[in-house]
Amino acid sequence: MTDPATFALLLFNGLSMGSILLLVALGLALSFGLMNIINLAHGEFIMIGAYTAYSIQQSAISLTGDASPAITYLISIPASFLVAGIMGFATERLIIRHLYGRSLDTLLATWGVGLALQQLARSIFGAPNVQVVSPGWLAGSLHVTDVLVFPIKRIFIIVLAFVCVGGLFWYMYKTHWGRRTRAVMQNRQMASSLGVAANQVDGLTFALGSGLAGVAGCTLALIGPIGPSMGTFHIVDAFMVVILGGMGQITGAIVAALTIGMLNSIFEFSTNAVLGKVMVFAMIILFLQWKPNGLMQLSKR
Amino acid sequence: MLDRLIENIPTGVRTQLIRFGPLLLLAIFLFAAPLVLSDFRVNLIGKILTFAILALSLDLIWGYAGMLSLGHGVFFGLGAYAFAMFLKLEASAGKLPDFMFWSGLEELPFFWSPFQHAWFALPMVIIMPGVLAGAIGYLVFRSRITGVYFALITQALALMVSILFIGQQAYTGGTNGLTNLTAVFGHSIYSTSTQQTLYYITVVSLLAAYLLCMGIVASPFGRLLVAIRDDENRVRFSGYDPAIIKSVIFFVSASLAGIGGALYAPQVGIVSPSIMGIVPSIEVAVWVAIGGRGTLIGAIIGAIIVNYAKSLLSESFPDFWTYFLAVLFIGAVLLFPRGIIGLLRREGWHWPQWVSVARARISFLTNFANTMRRTAR
Repeated sequence: MTDPATFALLLFNGLSMGSILLLVALGLALSFGLMNIINLAHGEFIMIGAYTAYSIQQSAISLTGDASPAITYLISIPASFLVAGIMGFATERLIIRHLYGRSLDTLLATWGVGLALQQLARSIFGAPNVQVVSPGWLAGSLHVTDVLVFPIKRIFIIVLAFVCVGGLFWYMYKTHWGRRTRAVMQNRQMASSLGVAANQVDGLTFALGSGLAGVAGCTLALIGPIGPSMGTFHIVDAFMVVILGGMGQITGAIVAALTIGMLNSIFEFSTNAVLGKVMVFAMIILFLQWKPNGLMQLSKR
Repeated sequence: MLDRLIENIPTGVRTQLIRFGPLLLLAIFLFAAPLVLSDFRVNLIGKILTFAILALSLDLIWGYAGMLSLGHGVFFGLGAYAFAMFLKLEASAGKLPDFMFWSGLEELPFFWSPFQHAWFALPMVIIMPGVLAGAIGYLVFRSRITGVYFALITQALALMVSILFIGQQAYTGGTNGLTNLTAVFGHSIYSTSTQQTLYYITVVSLLAAYLLCMGIVASPFGRLLVAIRDDENRVRFSGYDPAIIKSVIFFVSASLAGIGGALYAPQVGIVSPSIMGIVPSIEVAVWVAIGGRGTLIGAIIGAIIVNYAKSLLSESFPDFWTYFLAVLFIGAVLLFPRGIIGLLRREGWHWPQWVSVARARISFLTNFANTMRRTAR
């Protein structure tokens, strides 16, 4: 902790952890702000994104014979977004729509969806973990000084996360659908009576959130193994982000995700991974004593 | 004819029958089970009944006070560990437990030594889960965290406690947990007579827990719980402190879950962190939802049916069981939100809207076709 290089490295790790968390938590925060529901199958959309990246790479390998095709990873990012988004849209239309206003029931139903998706992945891809080979242009690292080495992969993930957040802001504040989404978030009944098709907004926003989870899965595929239950471990952190950030606020989610990422990285360095997580959890509970609604709160009328 | 028969029963007796009938039926079934079933099945049901106690404890806070805890496996697990620590020390017969020896410990950690005595271990079965629940509950409820937030925080608790137990190999036995629990108070747990005794103790505990919960629910305190579920602010404005009330019931519920866990440990002979992770904790909610939340007896029935089905199906078709469980999760909330008890009381099968729309369209189309056919003729 004492020397500045280690500290900078810790901050960098925290930023990288936080940006993945952010991608996962944005979708959750959006759908909670909009429909007052939490989607426990969100972790499985991460898994779907990761497996999409894997499948695309496998088919590219079998088509070209090249062991690590450079371009496929770039294709798999929008593909993961689309696949996870479509799955999310289907979930919203088929199940969640019928449970509007029953938050706790939605929790159980979406957990069921997640369970089925996990088993489906196990049937298709098998239970053992698989791996995505990172493309060559992501392999190196950036040498700032001799001690300060930033892997390109991590930098790429951070940049990607901020591009996604920028895109989301653009969507929310510059497009018609974004304006409608914000209107429904603030006052559902008023927006509906002014002609906003609230249930279409629900479906679209949910799909968007799931798509972002898919992108998160795509990035996780770069730095770790892919397995049917990979979502479960990341999802609890994302819930903590949503609770800490205040529901329905993009800015809150950003601040909370980066804070939790940093805290995790610092605590893990000074103790170990398990104790680090427990300490972050304890700090969140204590923080809520002071600010029960989280960092920021959406004004509802 | 049955209706007339029921009508002829005096009202007072009838209400008592409705109230205690399920308890009576349950008692008869459970006490008779060992007479007709094999020892293996009796042991299985004994294990399932400890889950029923767990489900009952969840129904008490979810069905009545509106707090869905997704971390109830933790309290069950803590109760199980408290008793299993005693059993493990008994099985080690004065020596250091095997897993501590393997992890390089040389003497018993200080917090393990009091567990040599039953007078310490048995109260801890209630105190450990209860105090954890009470403390976390008070902090959470004081900051007015309800509903989904509470569910997510308890789920995080399940993750934290389970990884904490997995990580502390030397003190908790890690992933394997506490294994080779061989005897309870000097009786081998493999002997039929011990297992039968444990079974009967479990049945009596379950019935007692059921009576206790019925008492709580019917008392003025129980009314307060329902009031909090339906409108917490109104209760607060009436001069009560919901945080205290909710913490108390969370404490009671967690202690009850702990008792279930303590009965589980000797019947299974092994306690591992896998009983208190995220997945087992949320499954409890499904047992309650299937049986019918807010009915107490529904929680017991749900736990028994789902777990019995699980042991039948998952042995031969493990993949199929997962899909089945997923369908149960979705179906229970989408199609019959009042559970089995709701169906028995004819509160209804709850078709989603698209089904009734589709039905109306089909009947319109068939009517239309019939009319066309008639005009054509």
